[in-house]
Amino acid sequence: MELLSILLQATGTGLNVLGAALGVGFAVLGAGWGIGKIGTSAMEGIARQPEAAGDIRMNMIISAALIEGVALFAVVVCGFIL
Amino acid sequence: MMKRLFHILIWVSGLFLTTLPLSAAAETTPGEQAEEFNVKEMILEHLADAYEWKIVNWDNGDITVPLPVILHSKTSGWHLFLSSKLHNNEGSYNGFYIAPEGKYKGKIVEKDTSGTEVRPLDLSLTKNAASLIFSSVLLIIIIMGVARSMKRNPMEAKKGFIGFMEMFIVSINDEVIKPAVGKDHARYAPYLLTVFFFIFLNNVLGLIPFFPGGANVTGNIAVTMILAITTMLVINLTGTKEYYKEIFWPDVPKWLKVPVPLMPAIELVGVFTKPFALMIRLFANITGGHSTVIGLTSIVFVTAGMGAAINSSMSLLSVIFTVFILFVELLVAYIQAYVFTMLSAVFIGMARVESHQKEKELIETKHINKQIN
Repeated sequence: MELLSILLQATGTGLNVLGAALGVGFAVLGAGWGIGKIGTSAMEGIARQPEAAGDIRMNMIISAALIEGVALFAVVVCGFIL
Repeated sequence: MMKRLFHILIWVSGLFLTTLPLSAAAETTPGEQAEEFNVKEMILEHLADAYEWKIVNWDNGDITVPLPVILHSKTSGWHLFLSSKLHNNEGSYNGFYIAPEGKYKGKIVEKDTSGTEVRPLDLSLTKNAASLIFSSVLLIIIIMGVARSMKRNPMEAKKGFIGFMEMFIVSINDEVIKPAVGKDHARYAPYLLTVFFFIFLNNVLGLIPFFPGGANVTGNIAVTMILAITTMLVINLTGTKEYYKEIFWPDVPKWLKVPVPLMPAIELVGVFTKPFALMIRLFANITGGHSTVIGLTSIVFVTAGMGAAINSSMSLLSVIFTVFILFVELLVAYIQAYVFTMLSAVFIGMARVESHQKEKELIETKHINKQIN
């Protein structure tokens, strides 16, 4: 009961905007780290076998686009909150 | 060496030329009333749909292409008029006006008998609809032109634009569609190729800043929703029996299926979330790209009132960043069309799965034929 009254006190302030902004920040952090790992392994693969550079490049771009899609989910949801 | 230095100096001074007209404009604005330049409003206005197509800002107003408004209201029946009529007579025509704020902000509303704002059935040709018609006609002209040339002379090596289109189409067909769909790729290739070129052309047209490009079509969630629904219909209406069996009675331990159908529920949710992800991915990428470009361009206008030095330096930065982001957005336009098509092809391939019993029989008959021969 006390928890509810404490939470209700926070409704009028701008905390929802703060929450949305933090959400977007974390989503971008996650996407950046994930795509960084893809880039790392792609670079290492190309360094080991330069003839496979074309195949590796296309697969890297596809994986990066998929991860970016997930991060943009979060951006869209936070945009709705704002 | 001197020639190269000379060329570099020409390009750099060309960049500085971009700042000159705006530093002149900054000196004349303090006299007039300075409207607060609201960046967020401007970005949302450029991303949203509109009832007319604004071409350019001219001295006192703008040059716009007025688009037809088609309405059916419950009280007065069908109406068809040009959207320019909504701006005469203090913004109201026959009781219809564009709501300035509230739930229906920016859309045509009318007041019904009890005084509340209500929206009539709105089938108008808005900016996005007109741009869709334009890009569809352009796509048909381009593709049919290439097809006619290929039909006339299939064995000739094409040159120029038709050769480029042939290479483009064959690369998508051979690298994306054939491996992902598998056996019956020829049946689904028309739909997938259409989706790819439709999305790519609309993405590229959305990046062109002047008429007839510049309408945020693929950044409109209704358009991407229809594309995703079409893919979902193609996948589920042509799925094999094995595909449905794997959704409702998957090959997992019995306790995950019998008292509480856990796996079937998860698989059923998956049928809907995969096209949903397609929709959100395309929408968010394109909308995000457009807002970034508009935001960087608006740096010029935001710093207009701050004096000539800040304005010209920020304009130079803005031009460099905007050109860079436009190149990135061109790459994103191709990648998003590629990813949409590739994922649709993969889902269709997964839906056309043959039963594993049949696959075993196929392998056995191949083995026996090899032994005989």
